[in-house]
Amino acid sequence: MIEVRNLTKRFGDLVAIRDISFTAATGQVLGFLGPNGAGKTTTMRVITGFMPASSGTVKVGGFDIFDNSYEVRKRIGYLPENPPLYADMTVSTYLQFVGRIRGIAKAELGEAVDRVLHTCGLTNVTGRVVGHLSKGFRQRVGLAQALIHNPSVLVLDEPTIGLDPRQIIDIRTLIRELAGDRTVILSTHILPEVSQLCQKVVIINAGRIAVEDTVENLTRDMSLEQVFLRYITKDADADAGASAGAPEEAAS
Amino acid sequence: MRNALAIAGKELRSYFVSPIAYVVLTGFLLLGGWFFFNLLSRFNFLLSIYSAMRNPEAQTRLNLNEFVIAPLLHNLSVVLVILIPVITMRSFAEEKRGGTYELLMTSPLSITEIVFGKFLGAFVFLLVMIGLTGVYPAILLLYGNPEPGVIAAGYLGLLLLAVAFASIGLLTSSFTENQIIAAVSCLVLLLLLYVIAWPAETAGPTMGAVLKYLSLTEHFGEMVKGVLDTKDLVYFVSVIVLALFLTHRSVESVRWR
Repeated sequence: MIEVRNLTKRFGDLVAIRDISFTAATGQVLGFLGPNGAGKTTTMRVITGFMPASSGTVKVGGFDIFDNSYEVRKRIGYLPENPPLYADMTVSTYLQFVGRIRGIAKAELGEAVDRVLHTCGLTNVTGRVVGHLSKGFRQRVGLAQALIHNPSVLVLDEPTIGLDPRQIIDIRTLIRELAGDRTVILSTHILPEVSQLCQKVVIINAGRIAVEDTVENLTRDMSLEQVFLRYITKDADADAGASAGAPEEAAS
Repeated sequence: MRNALAIAGKELRSYFVSPIAYVVLTGFLLLGGWFFFNLLSRFNFLLSIYSAMRNPEAQTRLNLNEFVIAPLLHNLSVVLVILIPVITMRSFAEEKRGGTYELLMTSPLSITEIVFGKFLGAFVFLLVMIGLTGVYPAILLLYGNPEPGVIAAGYLGLLLLAVAFASIGLLTSSFTENQIIAAVSCLVLLLLLYVIAWPAETAGPTMGAVLKYLSLTEHFGEMVKGVLDTKDLVYFVSVIVLALFLTHRSVESVRWR
């Protein structure tokens, strides 16, 4: 469903991500891990079409993000790190606006808004102004905007950040329910979240892929914390291992 | 088009939800009312003097179009130079700062739809703003005998001027995520366009003609006099189209930089 191939993104001299490749299948929840500044957000911004890559390709549902950006954007629901909210709108006007620009027909708009209000637990705050909502509610409105057009791919950048434990549990349950027939890419710093939600893990460090494997394989001998620390601290030593993997992917 | 309308509606809503619209409208009407009142008082004063002096020739030269409406429109155009940067400064800058730019750019929208939607929102706002000042000539039409055609041409000029200003404002807003920078650079550009013809008299015939052609005031002045020339219309439409085209390029460069 999502195929990222040899993706590199430079900002001037700074190389944010370097030759990243991974895939996520339909129905899979992919956990995207890495220390701060590793390039997670940049990768997500490239996948969603917000920024172009310097080189490499991304395919979403068979459509190339460069040649067919419009088709890709129709299929992706994206929750950036800071939910993209208009502070002066009410929750329902905001969702109606997002629904319209995501191409939902006018006749189905009301139904779509009701559906996401319900799934994200926002039915009690429909008339509230977004700017006055608490952090947790704003995060949910952000999630609702990503879901409104019923996308087949969800890209969530730290969706549970700043939520209270109860809300975290709610959002996790929601993501698990949503996964079903969708592909979800989820970046997070909370490792237990990955073990609970994801089937596959990609760890990136300093702009490179450190490891790409299933949660099952990775946690066979040690905990996810240990795996994470091993791959991000032993980057220099593990370089041999990582570069052994890289040419193989480049060749395929 | 549907998407552009959605954006335009959102823009309009955000104008009127925030206090900016009301502050701008109140200020504009307050100043407009003050200009109108003073111009009209002066007109009455001159009229009474000329009739006291029994000078019918001077009296016939006094007319409402030239002595009240033309200076009123010129004064309003100066106020627009200052107010329009404030209206348009948020358009792109605020989206970038607030993170909603990511929403727009990752939605299935074309850049043309985004730019045109924002332009349309600003256009409707300006229509309301300038429409409200229509109360002054309406009063004159009710109690005096100004020429409606000349008023209409002048108001069309004012609207075109405002829309051209707003297009330049959209352009400067698309360059930055800082609203102050957007507003100030727009203000400077507008003032430059306003005074660009100042050296026209001394700059030699060719250069002088070019500077005069570039000057907003020249074209606006003609329309205020009631002269509807395609040359002036073409000038305003060119400024609008050029500014919107550059805005489109600027937004696109952010996507594919």
